[in-house]
Amino acid sequence: MLDEKLRYLKDVVSLQLNREKCIGCGLCTTVCPHAVFDLVDGKARLIDRNRCMECGACARNCPTAAITVHPGVGCASAIVHSWLTGKEPSCDCGGGSDCC
Amino acid sequence: MPRISTAVGWRDRLGHWAMRWGIGRQRYRVAPGLYGVGAPDADAPVLVTANYKMTFDLLRRELAGVSAWLLVLDTKGINVWCAAGKGSFGTQEVITRVQATTLAQVVRHRTLVVPQLGAPGVAAHEVARGCGFRVVYGPVRAKDLPTFLAAGLRATATMRRVTFSPLERLVLTPVELTGMLRSSLWVAATLLLLGGIGPQIFSLAAAWHRGGAAVLVHLLGVLTGAVLTPVLLPWLPGRAFAAKGALAGAGIAALLLPLLLSRGGALTSVAAVLAITAVSSWCAMHFTGATPFTSPSGVEKEMRRAIPLQLAAALTAVLLWLVSAF
Repeated sequence: MLDEKLRYLKDVVSLQLNREKCIGCGLCTTVCPHAVFDLVDGKARLIDRNRCMECGACARNCPTAAITVHPGVGCASAIVHSWLTGKEPSCDCGGGSDCC
Repeated sequence: MPRISTAVGWRDRLGHWAMRWGIGRQRYRVAPGLYGVGAPDADAPVLVTANYKMTFDLLRRELAGVSAWLLVLDTKGINVWCAAGKGSFGTQEVITRVQATTLAQVVRHRTLVVPQLGAPGVAAHEVARGCGFRVVYGPVRAKDLPTFLAAGLRATATMRRVTFSPLERLVLTPVELTGMLRSSLWVAATLLLLGGIGPQIFSLAAAWHRGGAAVLVHLLGVLTGAVLTPVLLPWLPGRAFAAKGALAGAGIAALLLPLLLSRGGALTSVAAVLAITAVSSWCAMHFTGATPFTSPSGVEKEMRRAIPLQLAAALTAVLLWLVSAF
């Protein structure tokens, strides 16, 4: 589990869950690497929204589009690059094992 | 079908080491396609992975005693997580690769084990619709695969969580450092040039002494921000990386203050403290890209706040340092 002290900025992510649309398949609880969701009474619920890193796995795998998030890379170099070029930020540092 | 070994040899290890330092990363790939490990039959599980050679090696190393098929996607030599973010480890590539390898004729079942960190690029329901294979998300780490397979494709809660231990942070610092040092060459050249400016208009000796000292100060900032801050990450107060880096930089500068004051005057010492703090903050901010928990919204927010302050500190440092020559 991620160190409890390794928490990033609060109240900033774009993640939204529409519980009305949720059919309770639970795939979001499976794919999220930070356990942002859990399943209660047959529906997904956000239990730790501030842990979200906006990777987009949940939204991509939600069969009813109940989850929305603006996905991207949480990388300063990518963001500087996008400011300078006007393109979307992306990992273009050449495929290092963990560089994004 | 190519059969592969689970042994990782010294040549592989040498390659991994080179990758960690950012050497030759554009060409570190394996050919996409279907591979067999152990003695896979028509019921053996199919593990989907990326064609970055380090990923492929770390996966096969964990599969000793396992019989499985490896479906290697064409991710242009990028690891699973980053390729999933870009979409090259994605729904369409899974479908294309399943069809190109005629996987449906190789195995009897219709299940693909996709690494969990590939999920940002793969929509399980669309893969099922596109090629008839059901996606089961495997664990985050390859080392948990044997347990996951033995448990009937079930992952524990721990297997599903990303970690970022001191060692996991440390192995990422060389590539961070080489990246920063590359851009530091320009900074160093500029500092050497500015170092020569003084009462005699320009002096080569001053360029060497004053400029050289400034380059050392800059390098200290880079080391503090790109190595020390990542390692000390959880223990440094604050949440923004720029703040953590600035604190580490200020701390190191404070420790060095007696030395700075004895070697230079008050003006250069203040300049050095500001410079180390600003450079460390900048480098630490760039470490966000290597972590598995920073959101783009968060990074952008901290950058908008931090960059003006970093620039102001760096410019003040340079001005004070230039004035101190006269």
